Amino acid sequence: MSSHDVMPEMSLYQPVRVEDAIGIANQFADRGWLVGGGQDTYGWLKDRAKSADALIDLKGIESMRGITETADGIEIGALVTLTEIANNPLIKERYALLSQAAVKVASPQIRNVGTIAGNVSQDVRCWYYRRGLNCYRAGGNLCYADTPEGMNREHAIFNASRCVAVTPSDTGPALVALEAQMVIDSASGQRVVSAEDFFVGPNVDITHTTVLAPGDILTAVRIPAKWANAQFFFEKVADRNAWDFALVSLSAAMRVNNGVIEESRIVAGAVQATPRRLTSVEQAVRGKARDEATANSVGNLASRDANPLNYNHFKMPLMDNLVKRALRGQA
Amino acid sequence: MNPKLTRRRFIKGVIASGVAATSTSLWYSATGADRPAGAVERLLSINVNGQVRRVDVAPQETLAHTLRYKLGLTGTKLGCNRGECGACTVVADDVNIYACSTLTHEVKDKAVVTVEGLRAADGTLHPVQAAFVAELSPACGFCTAGQVMSAFALLKNNPRPTREEARQAMSGNLCRCGAYDHYLNGVMRASGQLS
Repeated sequence: MSSHDVMPEMSLYQPVRVEDAIGIANQFADRGWLVGGGQDTYGWLKDRAKSADALIDLKGIESMRGITETADGIEIGALVTLTEIANNPLIKERYALLSQAAVKVASPQIRNVGTIAGNVSQDVRCWYYRRGLNCYRAGGNLCYADTPEGMNREHAIFNASRCVAVTPSDTGPALVALEAQMVIDSASGQRVVSAEDFFVGPNVDITHTTVLAPGDILTAVRIPAKWANAQFFFEKVADRNAWDFALVSLSAAMRVNNGVIEESRIVAGAVQATPRRLTSVEQAVRGKARDEATANSVGNLASRDANPLNYNHFKMPLMDNLVKRALRGQA
Repeated sequence: MNPKLTRRRFIKGVIASGVAATSTSLWYSATGADRPAGAVERLLSINVNGQVRRVDVAPQETLAHTLRYKLGLTGTKLGCNRGECGACTVVADDVNIYACSTLTHEVKDKAVVTVEGLRAADGTLHPVQAAFVAELSPACGFCTAGQVMSAFALLKNNPRPTREEARQAMSGNLCRCGAYDHYLNGVMRASGQLS
């Protein structure tokens, strides 16, 4: 890959109010680039795989900071860093699923600046796409990963539509499990989208991974009290213990009463372009004990409809085993 | 020819630029300003190693570039320049960050510490540096400045880490010589848990 020492020339804006940021974003439209922590931004620009006329640095916007308790749960400002989430006493106490996911992201240096909004909005990791090839996701008309010779060990086993890349986010599946709400501001006002609807697959929009359009700013993430202090399970399997993206991750929130799972939300990461809710598993374990027998009874339900590529069949048993671990409890 | 320049893209581009030009002119006429509010000034005051430095910084310039090529602080190394290896690690407001993946304009309100800022005025090495020397932590030494800064940040926030905590805290710094355990020994020594 070609290497460039410096960033390409572009202008930089550092607004301090959301309205100003939206105004600048709208002016530049698809030539403006919103920056939070910037950790998924600068590589694209340095590699000349993507470009922009203006960077709009949001970090000066005070109203997008902080973790606050609300009438129904908590609100996390979009600029809250992954380190802050991992260390926040309120999140650790009530929504430990999210702090466990946050601490597994990348490396300490990246978590120190990387934001929650950036982690859920980051682009996919397919190396063909990141190389700047004109693939489907880049607006072209072929996929380099889904070919007999394509290197697709890390790619999707579900719901591929031309593009076979997967969601790289560790916190995304956790937020879907927690039924989080994403607060999006734009010139036309504010809208709130469930985490489940926030992520979009290639069948809906092949060049984006979220519903965010130019001029939209994800300003906060709300977590309802519904899953506070539930039983949680998070595990991320990657080739390396640090600074790596998941091969498969599993986020589960379970409401357990007298040992019985009354309700659960089980979500897998890195198996398709969006966090994948395992609704068949959720239904199968409803009303059952959270124990080894239940875990075994689920079998390969999670991976049953998978459509693996040449090199990623291993994700099927991996995913099934993670589901098993989540269900058998702490023992 | 640019492989990405297809006919469809070209036409879309022409349309988009027309729209942008129109909206830009509307913006200018509405505000009377040269550019939208919030555009950065190039001349910047940044606090590096306790000193305020005035420096001319391009909008897109990374902190690693400013430190090395504008301020002469070449202790901060550039390895991958992609936020992966950690050689460029510096500390800003007590947390370690990748200087290659930070715009200088992003740290204008922060106190930046580089490896040059660690030793005392009389030349005494910082405890982390002294411990790394005592434990023969570096092999080739290229990653050392970054390793020192990550250890410095760790001990600032957690003066007596366990070895596992130290391992996690240092996990954003690669060492091609594979001297990880030697660096960990250094961190444990610097925290007074190894004599």
